Amino acid sequence: MTLTFDHDNDIVDVAEASPRKRTPALALRRVSKRHGAGTNAVAALDSVSLTVERGEFVCLVGASGCGKTTLLSLVAGLDQPTSGELEVNGRTALMFQESALLPWRSAAQNVELALKLRRVPRRERRDQTMELLRLVRLADFADKAPHELSGGMRQRVALARALAQEADILLMDEPFGALDAITRDVLHDEIERIAHEQALTVVFVTHNVREASRLGDRIVLLSSRPGRVVEEFAVDVERPRRIESPQVSEIAGTVTARLREEVRRHAH
Amino acid sequence: MLTDLDTRNGPPDAELVNDAELAGLDHLELGEERTTPWGERLWSQTWPKVAAIALVLGAWQAAVWAGWKQIYVLPSPLMVWNRLSADIGTSKLWSAVGTTMERAVIGFLIAFAIGAVVGLAVSASRYVRTAIGSMISGLQTMPSIAWFPLAILLFGRDDRAIYFVVVLGAAPSIASGVISGIDGMPPLLRRVGHSMGAKSVALYRDFVLPAAMPSVMSGLKQGWAFAWRSLMAGELLVIIPGKQTIGTRLSFARELSDSEGLIATMVVILVIGILIDSLVFSRLERTVLRNRGLAARE
Repeated sequence: MTLTFDHDNDIVDVAEASPRKRTPALALRRVSKRHGAGTNAVAALDSVSLTVERGEFVCLVGASGCGKTTLLSLVAGLDQPTSGELEVNGRTALMFQESALLPWRSAAQNVELALKLRRVPRRERRDQTMELLRLVRLADFADKAPHELSGGMRQRVALARALAQEADILLMDEPFGALDAITRDVLHDEIERIAHEQALTVVFVTHNVREASRLGDRIVLLSSRPGRVVEEFAVDVERPRRIESPQVSEIAGTVTARLREEVRRHAH
Repeated sequence: MLTDLDTRNGPPDAELVNDAELAGLDHLELGEERTTPWGERLWSQTWPKVAAIALVLGAWQAAVWAGWKQIYVLPSPLMVWNRLSADIGTSKLWSAVGTTMERAVIGFLIAFAIGAVVGLAVSASRYVRTAIGSMISGLQTMPSIAWFPLAILLFGRDDRAIYFVVVLGAAPSIASGVISGIDGMPPLLRRVGHSMGAKSVALYRDFVLPAAMPSVMSGLKQGWAFAWRSLMAGELLVIIPGKQTIGTRLSFARELSDSEGLIATMVVILVIGILIDSLVFSRLERTVLRNRGLAARE
């Protein structure tokens, strides 16, 4: 489905994408987003163009104010671009820095809710839920409440919930930002494994350049205020990767240098 | 000793290593559960309450012994206890309690229905909020007894006058519980609801209302307290001939200078209030909080 937006936020043209042509999972063409109106308007995204192929793992990196969260909201359909064209081929699911699990539901019930909202018949929900919890290796903790789980476990439940939305495009907003380093390393292995097994397209936002180099097929560097695509880096390192491997470090070094250059521009 | 670090990079073993690492982390982070024995818990729950009651009874008995008032004005705890035990055997007390409780429950349910609807309306509409939002907290500060003269003029000495005041006393607390619960919902949870495709009914059923529950519960608890107080005031002021209630018992006891009967009735009022609060409202509130990890397990 392609939605074209003009400057007044109205949908001008709705066209079905041809199923035969190999379509990208995600395409942004000169997408801009301003918050507010008139002279007080703040540009969050400025003419961002970005294509994400099916099954690709793309990491968005940038300093504060680069509009990463805005970008994910647009792709998730929670917000509409001010101008530009946005093409999303598939179902999206969002993950946040906090797991945002519903505290009154157990791990299993949180996953089950996503199935319920998708109108999966009641008798199939329990089995599908357990299958998803097994996938994130939390089947033993199905009946625990979120507050009884650690931060890393909560994020895995959130991942299972995102998968329960039958999403093929996973939008992750600094999902491991609040975790300790050991847990984060292990979860990198997990998300890599699951994204591969489930053939997911992942858009992964992070401040952490090393994390981006560890996970991404491609790193997209965004500038700040307003967010623009500065440069893209292909990460040609064989998987499975380790965050401490020299190849990953080398790429992280290159991206960091470019990011710092970008940050320096805001010194004045 | 040399460890085989190479396996960490090979795909087949990496899977197993990762599995074990993950399970290890999970168990380390969860820690161990600690449980206190049942008897110890009961004891630690009971003795402070017993001590507090003993202190009050002691002070009361001391006042009696000191001869502060004549014994027919201020009877001793034992005299009141004897009277209470005698009253409990009579059907008169129970029919009075029955009538009063019926009024309390019906009044509270009406207040709940009105409070919930008003609360939802205020939280959903900016205009309704501007119109009556501040009035709701204003109503809460209004002493319910001040409504009775008007209620009696409007409805006469009738049950409706009592219900009118009970509802006016309880509904604002219930409404403001609903409002603050919905207002205080973490924005992230609302965002999750939207991103999971929940709209209108589903959004309220699965996200907004459960999120509001802790605050709704404390609104209900406060609403009950206000309803009970208003009801007692009402039963003293609106006496319907031929109808035995807890309020009429109080009233008659005072007219007959029957202070034993009067204090015995007050004890009944207090005990009912405490029982309903602890068996219904506090218990519900604790369950709701505990399910979310917001209250410590006892």
